Amino acid sequence: MRWSRTITAPDHTGAQVTWHLLDTWADRAGTPRLTLLCVHGNPTWSFMWRTLLDAAPDDIRVIAVDQLDMGYSQRTSTLRRLADRVEDLSRLTEHMNITGPVITVAHDWGGPISLGWALSHRSQLAGIVLLNTAVHQPPTSHAPSLIRLARAPGILPFNTKATPIFIKATTALSRRRGMTAPIADQYCAPYASAARRQAVQDFVADIPMEDSHPSMQPLHAIAEGIRQLNDIPALLLWGPDDPVFSDIYLHDLEARLPHADVHRYHGASHLVIEDAPTLVEDLLAWIAALPQHRNDVTAEAIDATTTHWPPINATGTDAEATSAQFTGDQSTLLHQVRHMAAVDQPCLITMGRSGNGQVVSWRTLADRVARIACGVQRRGVGAGDRVSVLIPPGPELVSVIYALWSIGAVAVIADKGLGVQGMRRAIRSAAPDHVIGSRQGLLLARTCGIQGAYISVSDLAGMREQSGEDLPNVPDAAEAVVVFTSGATGPAKGVVYTHRQVGATMALLSQHYALTAADTLVAAFAPWAILGPGIGVASVIPDMDVTAPGTLRADALADAISAGNGTVVWAAPAALRNVEATSHRLTAAQRAALAGVRLMLSAGAPVPIGLLDDMAALFAHASIRTPYGMTEALPIAEADLTQIHAAGQGNGVYVGHALPGVEIMIAALNPDGSSALELSSAADLTGEIVVRAAHLRDRYDRLWATTLQASRNPGWHRTGDVGHLDAAGALRIEGRLAHVVTTSAGPLTPVGLEQAAIAAGAQQAAVVGVGPRGTQQVILIVTDPGRGHLVDAQEREHYRRACSYPFAAVLRTDAFPVDIRHNSKVDRIALAHWADGILAGSRR
Amino acid sequence: MSRTILVTGATGMLGRVTAQQLLERGDTVRVMQRGDAGLACEQFRADLTDTDGVQLAMRGVDGVIHCAAKVSMTGARADFQRVNVTGTQVMLHAAQQAGVASFVHVSTPSVAHVGRPIVGDDAMPADPDGARGNYAQTKAQAEVIALASTTKEFSVCAIRPHLIWGPGDEQLVARILARAAAGRLFLIDHGHALIDTTYIDNAADALVHALDACERVSGQAFVVSNGEPRSVSELIERIAVAGGYPPPGRSVPGPIALLAGRLAERIWQNTEPPLTAFLVEQLSTAHWFDQRRTRALLSWNPRISLDTGFTRLAQHLQGAAS
Repeated sequence: MRWSRTITAPDHTGAQVTWHLLDTWADRAGTPRLTLLCVHGNPTWSFMWRTLLDAAPDDIRVIAVDQLDMGYSQRTSTLRRLADRVEDLSRLTEHMNITGPVITVAHDWGGPISLGWALSHRSQLAGIVLLNTAVHQPPTSHAPSLIRLARAPGILPFNTKATPIFIKATTALSRRRGMTAPIADQYCAPYASAARRQAVQDFVADIPMEDSHPSMQPLHAIAEGIRQLNDIPALLLWGPDDPVFSDIYLHDLEARLPHADVHRYHGASHLVIEDAPTLVEDLLAWIAALPQHRNDVTAEAIDATTTHWPPINATGTDAEATSAQFTGDQSTLLHQVRHMAAVDQPCLITMGRSGNGQVVSWRTLADRVARIACGVQRRGVGAGDRVSVLIPPGPELVSVIYALWSIGAVAVIADKGLGVQGMRRAIRSAAPDHVIGSRQGLLLARTCGIQGAYISVSDLAGMREQSGEDLPNVPDAAEAVVVFTSGATGPAKGVVYTHRQVGATMALLSQHYALTAADTLVAAFAPWAILGPGIGVASVIPDMDVTAPGTLRADALADAISAGNGTVVWAAPAALRNVEATSHRLTAAQRAALAGVRLMLSAGAPVPIGLLDDMAALFAHASIRTPYGMTEALPIAEADLTQIHAAGQGNGVYVGHALPGVEIMIAALNPDGSSALELSSAADLTGEIVVRAAHLRDRYDRLWATTLQASRNPGWHRTGDVGHLDAAGALRIEGRLAHVVTTSAGPLTPVGLEQAAIAAGAQQAAVVGVGPRGTQQVILIVTDPGRGHLVDAQEREHYRRACSYPFAAVLRTDAFPVDIRHNSKVDRIALAHWADGILAGSRR
Repeated sequence: MSRTILVTGATGMLGRVTAQQLLERGDTVRVMQRGDAGLACEQFRADLTDTDGVQLAMRGVDGVIHCAAKVSMTGARADFQRVNVTGTQVMLHAAQQAGVASFVHVSTPSVAHVGRPIVGDDAMPADPDGARGNYAQTKAQAEVIALASTTKEFSVCAIRPHLIWGPGDEQLVARILARAAAGRLFLIDHGHALIDTTYIDNAADALVHALDACERVSGQAFVVSNGEPRSVSELIERIAVAGGYPPPGRSVPGPIALLAGRLAERIWQNTEPPLTAFLVEQLSTAHWFDQRRTRALLSWNPRISLDTGFTRLAQHLQGAAS
């Protein structure tokens, strides 16, 4: 190994000991710009950092030590406790004359040791990076029962020393996640005999679990000491599926290092560097984003530099400038609710099965909000706390959310639209401090193992408002809400909005749709029932399961419109499909109610034009529109039915022009299906759609690298959608970036061909690629009631002709996999995987 | 000054079409095979292992396209060894002796096929031990030897065309039509597997480009195909239809077909069996290739698309019938 070297240096006692370490500058003189000091944990060795050493740029030195008595370092027959190991490491770096800026990188119990080193080398410390580690035992945790068990007398020597069980258990977690046997063997290689494993046992025995333990005081000093590192850039990279260092330890570290950037790698476990293929790339991107440390900076100068590290934030100065024009002096989202508090008119109407609505007036809502705000404060909810809200859409949900906003708490909104598994994962990733729920909601939270203090919403309703209790002044830049992407392409991501950004969304909707007190919003799409009161518009929630859009019936919609004199309907395409399918049940009066609507908005997924035409027949006097947007920014662009007809067929779904205050640019596709850095507004250029607006999300939650990727152009958001602008500047959507097929002739977007196949008679169509990226074959899949996987020759040639594309194969299936929330986003990745299996033939 | 190119195996479809293409572009062409190739060019009749005969044919030659091989599903190992390995060694030696500059060795993708589906791979290294059957194993040996004999003055590259077909094809097309005529055409595992094929003119064209590019790409192997993989069922159906027969109706599960193939190999030990285990594998697992390196380095693109190819095949077959 070209990086492998041994160095003999004094240890904490002054004895000469021989370290083994990996060093990218092993055979190189000169001064690096930066040194990464990597410290492994127990029972691993420097091997775990190999990919980091390999990928690091030339001007960065990476040193990965094997701790003494571990890996291929000397077996010294000395029991080394935490404080000893910190000192051992310091003596080594002193001996090696490491004087320039250093970023410590550590995993597992290497964490406290590296932080101990960091605290005693403040003058040269340029950053700290921690992977699944801990410095403190939070009282709520029961996870280290595994460690406790491992430490039990009689078990400890068996697990850790006499047998390689402890080492094998460590790699076994990653073996299930794709680690190969040769790599796993390398992890075990330095620990082949019981004698070589002595330190594995000592390490576990040195974990302080009781106050009298000799390492308790040093660990405590480190845990408290790092609170002072608030001027040092910190990065926490986490595998949430670690059975030992669970999320609890991440949250403990976040509390000590509140400025830290955090990325949780979905599905990764303890050896997160092995399980998360992009971790090293992300770590290096984080380092690259730090201000450069110059070689000639003296230690004092670095020490004096207390840089403020702003979080990655999509809304740059330009966006702030635009936001002013929408939000004005609005200081909280409660503006309208308070403004209307004296009004006795309906604010929220929730429709029941009977066709009657439960009415909540503005006055009642304002009163409830105030009571709940008071109640949650008494239950310990404070500004900045995250609160998971598990309440079905309706007045209770709305009251709780506005109450939370009024005290500066952050609402975490994940519903069953993500599926129960997806919801559980989403809420856990957001790590709420409290859970407010209905009875069923709290039950669900408990079943899902959601941590946090549970508060029943029924307990809050009875709270009396205490006069004179002042609500805090909530800054615009404070977090307001965490919502989740639908998870149609990968696990659902938490999206953080600040008060300013939610306000900007409300302002945009209000102005663009010219909403006034005379309007009533019929919200068949859950989020909109929440925004209505903030905009100052009454809302009606139809009788349906709002988390399952396909349950909206035409008569229920008509009753909702009648009950509240609804003027604006907002629904998902799946809801509209069912409205169309059940429209024959409508009475004349109900038909008249539909005809009274002035705006019909369909959003969430592409809407077939035929369905819009059907809606135009039902909503005879309405402007039928399709706003386009995403969880990270809604809406972005809009088209009405007339424009859609005028635009006609083209490559992709026509979604119209950018809304006022929204800018849309295109990042061209590279041959490998990724998108270029440069933005362009050239007509007919296909690429990733990149947007800028005041109402953009703030960032992704605990997904630092994802936010960085999406915000590669500061102030802009990469949507993950692909499409092009036409000559008139209108946008057409050609699919998802993750669904782009990469053929040897270049990248190919799916939607245009799918539309052609549907026009040629397919009920549903999906275009996917099989084979390696860059040389994929293009496959058309249709839903079709036939037999077998391949359509017959006649049908195959029909689709090839109709789409003017020589598909390598045309497959058929009964139904497509779709997302739960919208019930309409086709999972082309799953379809591609399926097609790949079929077209590979029989495998033996 | 026109170059002199020696083409071996010109009684076969690929050798014949390649020689014709060279003639058309004005090269001086010499062909060498045991029988009569019936081409309007200089002809040497010699066996590949006839050292004197090969040396004679090699005199004054600038480039060689070595198509000759024993291509068969069955037969004695020694025969394959003699023609494919020894024959190639004799050719390489004679070419080096005669000062030939470029040597294009015609190989086959099956030299690197160890039984797994091939989904968009580039040419993998030839594997004489892992390859399936006598033909593939001896061709793998021959390719390894050929590429290893590259020197500064002597450029060698290997071209592996995948499943060549076209008018006059005695292998794939003739077999499918014979079975269709007998009403015994069936698919294995519904013919889902995606496979690459090469229309004959494109394969010959690639060999000519390889000859021109030989110095640049010396020591490398390339898979050549139309770059239009299709399901086995579509290919068999279109060949049958081109011959005027109905498409196959029945499908046999892969394992059963494999068993049948193994049995057939035992029964038809000296003649060509209707089905072999190798063929079953070829027709039930994906075999398609990444063509980007091939096309870029050989400066070659297939001129005849599958659609045009099938039209020409139908014209040929149905013209011949009437």
